[in-house]
Amino acid sequence: MKGNRFVYYVREGINSIFNHGFMSFASVCIIVACLLIMGSFTLLALNVDSIINSMESENEIMAFVDESYSTADAQSIKPGLEAIDNVSSVIFVTREQAWDDFLDTYSDPGRLGELGPETLRDRYVIYVDDISIIAATRDAVSRVDGIADTTVHLDIAKTLVKIRNIVTIASIALVAILFTISLFIMANTIKLTTFERRDEIAIMKMVGATSTFIRWPFVVQGLILGLLGSLLSFVMEWGLYTLFSDKLMAGAELSLLTVIPFSVVSIPIFIAFTVVGLGVGVIGSLLAIKNYLKV
Amino acid sequence: MVRFTDVFKSYENGTKALRGVSFEIADGEFAFLVGPSGSGKTTIIKLLTGEIAPTDGKIIVNDYDLTNIKFSKMPYMRRTLGVVFQDYRLIEDKTVFENVAFAMRVVGASSKEIRRRVPYVLELVGLDTRTRRHPQELSGGEQQRVAIARALVNNPRLIIADEPTGNLDPARSLEIMMLLQKINELGTTVLVVTHEKELVESFSKRVIAIDGGKIISDGMGGYYNYER
Ligand SMILES: Nc1ncnc2c1ncn2[C@@H]1O[C@H](COP(=O)(O)OP(=O)(O)O)[C@@H](O)[C@H]1O
Ligand SMILES: [Mg+2]
Repeated sequence: MKGNRFVYYVREGINSIFNHGFMSFASVCIIVACLLIMGSFTLLALNVDSIINSMESENEIMAFVDESYSTADAQSIKPGLEAIDNVSSVIFVTREQAWDDFLDTYSDPGRLGELGPETLRDRYVIYVDDISIIAATRDAVSRVDGIADTTVHLDIAKTLVKIRNIVTIASIALVAILFTISLFIMANTIKLTTFERRDEIAIMKMVGATSTFIRWPFVVQGLILGLLGSLLSFVMEWGLYTLFSDKLMAGAELSLLTVIPFSVVSIPIFIAFTVVGLGVGVIGSLLAIKNYLKV
Repeated sequence: MVRFTDVFKSYENGTKALRGVSFEIADGEFAFLVGPSGSGKTTIIKLLTGEIAPTDGKIIVNDYDLTNIKFSKMPYMRRTLGVVFQDYRLIEDKTVFENVAFAMRVVGASSKEIRRRVPYVLELVGLDTRTRRHPQELSGGEQQRVAIARALVNNPRLIIADEPTGNLDPARSLEIMMLLQKINELGTTVLVVTHEKELVESFSKRVIAIDGGKIISDGMGGYYNYER
């Protein structure tokens, strides 16, 4: 009996999908479009975040020690730097090491190569935990006795944080808006079916069908459309993302940018797409049938 | 079994459709509910089927108290009723057999039960040769007999027919009434709403007459006078 009913629900649900081929197609397309936009923005946000995280570990404050300090004196201020908030690690670099690094970096230093380590200053390389407050950390570093000068790539840090915030807010807003739109389209597709079958629904109620029984075929209809939409958009997202990241990586071999491989995020994305697709399908169908079940 | 006790019904727009209606129909009875158009007959049927709720008073149908029935119990109350309308209300794209089987399927009957029961009721209403037809291929009288078969198929305790012969010629009307009488003789309670005087007069049955939302007479015999 239970199995019998299950077959009935699924058959009725599938029939409705084919009886309203165009609207079914349209609602799947809308779900695909919404999920693609949602997914792309989420992936963008994830990538910006991962770039910021990698930059955070690379982003450093360069603090130059006063020239009047001997190397031993210079080394003695290290604990003071380490005590500053947001400082994760501090590395002391002598002017000789700095000079060697300089020579390593530039295979042809030109006339600068005629100079020597004495033209450079001892310095500290300071790493921070949170890039967004690096400016305050830098100020604190400058106030330490013996620090003559500091440099930091503030602009990059600021820009990245700004981008991350914008992308995060935009993704959340887009997901909310698109979810609502998909829900609306889905509810209307199924409403079309319920409208066409309103006489049948009235007869079902008259002869004593339970609300659950009346509801299920429409829920199945929504479930199938939602699932179809989420599977299609997952495959498309996969293709688009791979295509796009390949292009980006190929075009920028030297760049520091690394794109998160799809395989790393595929399972969470798949789960999210399925949940959103099924959610839109089920909630949409329940909204569509609500008014018919009141009596 | 039906019991109305001092039932009032006002619609949202203020129309007072029923003004204190009380009557009882015992199991196994056959009763006509008669009255002019707008007197409140359909309102009584809608109250009986739970489609609308009374403004005041008490309604009991087949042991269900409709004044405080749970929403989730309503379908089970409706399974004890079979309802027939003037406009048949058949599903056009289903065959005669499927229309009747549909009523069984949606209350969870198995295919086996359906295959056994549907031919039996279709034979009872005289449609055993029409099972594969669609409603639009049938005459009005035949369509109404499909509707009666559908009302009957889940073995209800009470059959309610709201103007079942309103669209039929006198000969077909008489046939439908005879069929309902036969169903009553097989043990089902029957309540028939009509305003066709001649039809009522040709049967010697209980007649409940209503006018202006009030019962004006209730008794045996083929005569009533709603001018009174
Ligand atoms: N849904 C409704 N809303 C407002 N008034 C209604 C509604 N249904 C019926 N009525 C009014 O209630 C009265 C009784 O109607 P009804 O029970 O349909 O009468 P009958 O079936 O005897 O012709 C009429 O005056 C009718 O206009
Ligand atoms: Mg009426």
